Amino acid sequence: MARRRVRFTFEGDSVTEPVIYLVGHEFDVVTNIRMADVEHDFGWVVLEVDGDHDEIDRALAWVASKGVRVDPVAGDVVES
Amino acid sequence: MTYATSLACRECGREFPLDPLHVCDFCFGPLEVAYDHDGIQSKISRERIESGPRSIWRYKDLLPVDDDFIVDLNVGMTPLLRADRLAEQLGMRELWIKNDTCNPSWSFKDRVVAVASSRARQLGFKTLACASTGNLANSVSAHAARAGMDAIVFIPHDLEAGKVLGSAVYNPTIVAVNGSYDDVNRLCSELADNRHWAFVNINVRPYYAEGSRTLAYEVAEQLGWRAPRQVVAPMASGSLFTKIHKGFQEFQRYGLIEETPVRMIGAQAEGCSPITSAWRNETTNIRPVKPNTIAKSLAIGNPADGYYALKTMKRTDGGATAVTDPEVVEGIQMLAEYEGVFAETAGGVTIAGLRQAIANEQIDPNESTVAFITGGGLKTSDAVVDHVTQAIPIEGTLQSFEAAFAEAPEAVGVGG
Ligand SMILES: Cc1ncc(COP(=O)(O)O)c(C=O)c1O
Ligand SMILES: [Zn+2]
Repeated sequence: MARRRVRFTFEGDSVTEPVIYLVGHEFDVVTNIRMADVEHDFGWVVLEVDGDHDEIDRALAWVASKGVRVDPVAGDVVES
Repeated sequence: MTYATSLACRECGREFPLDPLHVCDFCFGPLEVAYDHDGIQSKISRERIESGPRSIWRYKDLLPVDDDFIVDLNVGMTPLLRADRLAEQLGMRELWIKNDTCNPSWSFKDRVVAVASSRARQLGFKTLACASTGNLANSVSAHAARAGMDAIVFIPHDLEAGKVLGSAVYNPTIVAVNGSYDDVNRLCSELADNRHWAFVNINVRPYYAEGSRTLAYEVAEQLGWRAPRQVVAPMASGSLFTKIHKGFQEFQRYGLIEETPVRMIGAQAEGCSPITSAWRNETTNIRPVKPNTIAKSLAIGNPADGYYALKTMKRTDGGATAVTDPEVVEGIQMLAEYEGVFAETAGGVTIAGLRQAIANEQIDPNESTVAFITGGGLKTSDAVVDHVTQAIPIEGTLQSFEAAFAEAPEAVGVGG
């Protein structure tokens, strides 16, 4: 079992899609929301995703394919 | 002995021990070092600071490290220059340049890495790590060498050799990741959770970030124990910017300087300005961007401390600027030509941002202002190489010189 802490950023149409609900159905992962702020056309959700390491990778790739930006909770850690 | 007592969540306030932790287990908010303020107050004084070493360690009462673990490369106490010639160009009355290009690895990152590496040593780590293509990697590699620790640096596989040199010379392990920026980001976040390494800007980030406060301490001390009225500082993650303000506040709290307001102005490059965009749109919701600017050291599309930088602007009646790449080059040139300081692109962003802030009336040209120049120019020489003075070719004879001089007297000499 692995656990990943991520931030989803939604813009435009992706705001209204139930992506977090769906990802728990489509994949063998459990999501747990910790913080969120959603406006009408923009929002972010900070959550924990539990599951098998590779299953989490697949689940997050699927979320990204829905037009949601997926980042580690700590923001960008690569510096130039 | 350090007065650091715990790590506190910036969102919910929950406290955690001084471990290698960076987010709150409950709300995932970022953690910040908390101190025993009474203990500090009872010990600290101008005299005590003035009798300390000429480095950031003169402020060790305010840093989260015990004496025995300090990794000392003599970072800090960089010059604060009164910049009258540049001030005149900009129509300002009192401008100061904090020249942090004068650090051991030529950027302000030495301040944060000095604290992170020291605390890492105290926490029992043997390895320092980071993902960086420039300043951060240079500083981590240098500090690991100085401390006799191992360093591991992650870079994108297509980075130019010239950029790697400033780290490679200190002989760290360099891992070139064949993947996108996002892949490197994800990999390093996972490694920080899995390995017993001190990833300076991930699992020991709360300690790391504290190092930036020393910039404010030094400026206040160098100004003769007072804060400036206005500050311009560059923003990537936004950490430096918020910590400079925190530094002035702490000095006020401990009675080391008078309680005067300091207006905080942040500077970004237009090609990567998520914090400035949020400021202009009057929202605290930062929209991540894909960076596209010559100011690579500020190219963080998803800034960890952007929200806190915005709060700092709001609280200080400050603001944010965003400047174009040509303005960045002009900023570098102005600083070099009028004050003799050669900055990297981040410094160009600061000077161009200062100019913009004056034009927008975010800065009062009659009030004391400090501009933070955070990295040395040789790191980004490509940015200016096509814009600087070219040599005048002559033969080694007086005649040839005189002929060239007649053609371009202003280029050859002053006053003939
Ligand atoms: C030269 C220089 N200036 C400023 C910054 C901004 O730092 P921060 O991420 O704390 O905003 C950086 C960091 O990436 C840098 O390398
Ligand atoms: Zn919390």
